[in-house]
Amino acid sequence: MSKHPRQSDWEENTLNKSLARCPERQPQFSHHGGSETPRLALPAEIDDHYLDTLNFPGSYPYTRGVQPTMYRGRLWTMRQYAGFSTAAESNRRYCYLLQQGTTGLSVAFDLPTQIGYDSDDPMAMGEVGKVGVAIDSLADMEILFDQIPLNKVSTSMTINAPAAVLLAMYVAVAEKQGVPAAKIQGTIQNDILKEYVARGTYIFPPRPSLRLITDIFQWCTAQTPNFNTISISGYHIREAGATAAQEIAFTLANGCAYVQAAIDAGLDVDVFARRLSFFFNASSDLLEEVAKFRAARRLWAKIMKERFAAKHPASLMLRFHTQTAGSSLTAQQIDNNIVRVTLQALAAVLGGTQSLHTNSRDEALGLPTEDSVRTALRTQQIIAHESGVADTVDPLAGSYFIEAATDRIEAEAGALIGRIDQAGGVIACIEDGFIQRQIENSAYAFQCQVESGERIVVGVNRFQTDEEVGPPLLRLDPAVEEEQVTRLQAVRATRDQAAVDATLSQLREAAGGSANLMPLILEAVKAYTTLGEICRVLRDIFGEHRDKGYL
Amino acid sequence: MTYTTQKNRVLIGKAGLDGHDRGAKVIARALRDHGFEVIYTGIRRTPEEIAAAAIQEDVAAIGLSSLSGAHLRLFPAVVEALRRAGAGDIRVLGGGVIPAEDIPLLQEAGIIEIFTPGTPLERIIAAFTEACASHRSGRSL
Repeated sequence: MSKHPRQSDWEENTLNKSLARCPERQPQFSHHGGSETPRLALPAEIDDHYLDTLNFPGSYPYTRGVQPTMYRGRLWTMRQYAGFSTAAESNRRYCYLLQQGTTGLSVAFDLPTQIGYDSDDPMAMGEVGKVGVAIDSLADMEILFDQIPLNKVSTSMTINAPAAVLLAMYVAVAEKQGVPAAKIQGTIQNDILKEYVARGTYIFPPRPSLRLITDIFQWCTAQTPNFNTISISGYHIREAGATAAQEIAFTLANGCAYVQAAIDAGLDVDVFARRLSFFFNASSDLLEEVAKFRAARRLWAKIMKERFAAKHPASLMLRFHTQTAGSSLTAQQIDNNIVRVTLQALAAVLGGTQSLHTNSRDEALGLPTEDSVRTALRTQQIIAHESGVADTVDPLAGSYFIEAATDRIEAEAGALIGRIDQAGGVIACIEDGFIQRQIENSAYAFQCQVESGERIVVGVNRFQTDEEVGPPLLRLDPAVEEEQVTRLQAVRATRDQAAVDATLSQLREAAGGSANLMPLILEAVKAYTTLGEICRVLRDIFGEHRDKGYL
Repeated sequence: MTYTTQKNRVLIGKAGLDGHDRGAKVIARALRDHGFEVIYTGIRRTPEEIAAAAIQEDVAAIGLSSLSGAHLRLFPAVVEALRRAGAGDIRVLGGGVIPAEDIPLLQEAGIIEIFTPGTPLERIIAAFTEACASHRSGRSL
């Protein structure tokens, strides 16, 4: 049978170019015994339906992946989310993770930082250093990345409402290391819309928040071209109880809102869209999850092409990070969680993720210990180097089940996005609670199935054992809050207060107008103005959002 | 002795900065399905706001949820705020990611029961039923 002309065309123009730019990890991939592992398994006959719906990897609509060789070229980034207590403690954990073979950093900030409060703010009481690291000023950020070369490491920061401030601090630290902004690599989450429906670390109302986001898009395009300016996140929507199709629908609907806002602000879609990235959840429902990732890629490519008239291939590709499902972990028989995480991580890899965080076995009980973090990382390394699934591209393609599930999720998510559009868009649907109620209904239905025993959770409603002695937990030093406050006050006492006041009054004036706020925020952090001081000014001008508690 | 209402009336509260309210909402829904009147505060309330809402809504019991590790500061602060407002008879229960060794500390501070992950809803509903009954009968804590 002769080769389809489109296949020859793909090999010549897509595959060979990619191989020239980025050779595969090994000259040959084979099974034990020598049989070669094919790069890409294809149907016996390539027809129009195949080309329209699946096509070759690295080609529209990207169902089979965004790279022509996927993990044969480069493995996904193994990026473990970490951060707790003080900057010095977290820096120690990052150095440990890098030494163990993690390939990207992922910073967890504590809740006061995420919500724009300094550690000595009354609102921060009890929360300092708990779920992440406390960052009040550039001084903390300098400690956080001490001895970590920011020209080599890529850093993901889970920061949303005050993303501009933390990004500015990162840029300032890089400059102090002699690394120009143009060289830094990483991602800021910067996805405020999902905070209103899940996760909850909003500060300002939706509209001024979108202005901050488009300011970041614009500034980063010129200043930090290798930095992903947003990570549009379904992860937390899923954790809050959404189904797979709802996760995709609400995430891509949020994505549409950001793209539209940027276009409305005068930006060129083919300039900023390549810096958009996504973040999804991987649950234990292995096959549905693989289909979900494939459906998301295809649906987003169509949206970008048809709705936003994007032309450049990089604008159409949905690149994503995955984290295994925290809400699936049980406090009972915690070693079982290692197996859950393995299934979930496998789903992410079979679904073509660009980077992956694997949860630790003890996270239903508290922050993970160093030992359990290492096992979580080893799980990825075993999938990468022992399972063989990374040696071929999109291995489940063509399975009747997978393709049907991919079609179904794409259709369900597309229909839900259509409903949101008809109801006035995602902001209107957040404001009237439509999205919150959809998620909550799914969460409640799931829990009712667990309660009735219809859905089995091993160790929780079946196969229970009398619990053994509790495992060792990571306990935070209760003095962390006090220590952090002392350090913050020392910064306030030694900085040039006049410079701080000047940056704040400039920021106040600009926030009331329409100028891009990023340059002013960068000046402010360089003067050691604190996160809380910057956010207080913005709170004054933009106002604050308050949760209505939809039930 | 104060007689409040025939129907069991409770408030589910999220204190502090933690935004994880899947569990809180599931419990609110389950209580509602079992005949309770339920008020949900929404996320990110201060202990004082939760106490004030509970008093204003005339509830018999409060269920607090925290997954961020701030429970040792926040749960007792709600009890304190209730007592200061003369509403120390409102029962306070709590749940979330709470290490076993913290449970006695919270009980000493006046939180009558703590639920950890995996607790069957049935048990939680029974505890709220009991809390409301003891509140109605005016039994002291």
